[in-house]
Amino acid sequence: MKTAVITFPGSNRQQDVMRALQQATGTAPAAVWHGDHELPAGTDLVVLPGGFSYGDYLRCGAIAGHAEIMTAVRAHAARGGYVLGICNGFQILVESGLLPGILMRNAGLRFICKMQHLQVATQNSDFTSLYKKGQVIKVCIAHGEGNYMADEHTITALEEQDRVAFRYCHADGTRTLGANPNGSINDIAGILSENRRVLGMMPHPENLIEDIMGGTDGRGLFASLAKAA
Amino acid sequence: MKARVTVTLKNGVLDPQGKAIEGALKALGVDGIKSVRQGKVFDIELSTKDAVKAEDALRQAGEKLLANTVIENFKVEIND
Repeated sequence: MKTAVITFPGSNRQQDVMRALQQATGTAPAAVWHGDHELPAGTDLVVLPGGFSYGDYLRCGAIAGHAEIMTAVRAHAARGGYVLGICNGFQILVESGLLPGILMRNAGLRFICKMQHLQVATQNSDFTSLYKKGQVIKVCIAHGEGNYMADEHTITALEEQDRVAFRYCHADGTRTLGANPNGSINDIAGILSENRRVLGMMPHPENLIEDIMGGTDGRGLFASLAKAA
Repeated sequence: MKARVTVTLKNGVLDPQGKAIEGALKALGVDGIKSVRQGKVFDIELSTKDAVKAEDALRQAGEKLLANTVIENFKVEIND
């Protein structure tokens, strides 16, 4: 699998995700700058990393969503290419129209940085195929605007089409009070596009790929992708 | 030509920031505050003198970037 990671001004998790991709695919990802006009030829997967692109000015991801490179990313997605947006990358995906809905300020108004359990809500995607549906994984979150929201029609479509990839939960997989850190509707932590090739998620699987970092539950996502192409 | 674009949250969209401001105003003892919803104001200078063109440009600006129309409305005012 050929991968490319885009750096916007203010991205800060690009090295983390490059490390995770290298570990899973055995090949170093291409580093692509936001002002570039095209992706390296043969790119299978584009990753929009976490961070604070453009200082979160206007709305998180709003300005990066219109960066030069996003025209190429949209074309890549339209061709059926894989796109993964993590944290600020997810915010960029919704602002650029590649995924529906929006990420609002956390319900509690605080920036939350902590370990977080997720329930794998679907195994039916090339991002989650090596996990089991219902499996609980431990990753981390670090965001101030992760409160996913969309109109009723969109939420119904996401649920009916099995497009919720991950939900926030407790360590035992339950989703009772306190499991959801930011107020997201239906405890949504990550969603897929209609063709299941674009995934946006607030949590950081790329930070849980080494025992020394507290766990390796994030590896499954990158290994699933590596298997796909 | 000068204009102002005001972006506000749609009715029914939760506004935790507005709620926090409302709480702070009440805590400060400012009397008579019933509720607060916050938004954004953009003061924009245009090179055109044609009000129709200006309105068109500002609507594009609002739709493409200034507002996220999933949750926000915007209003365009041309001042001179």
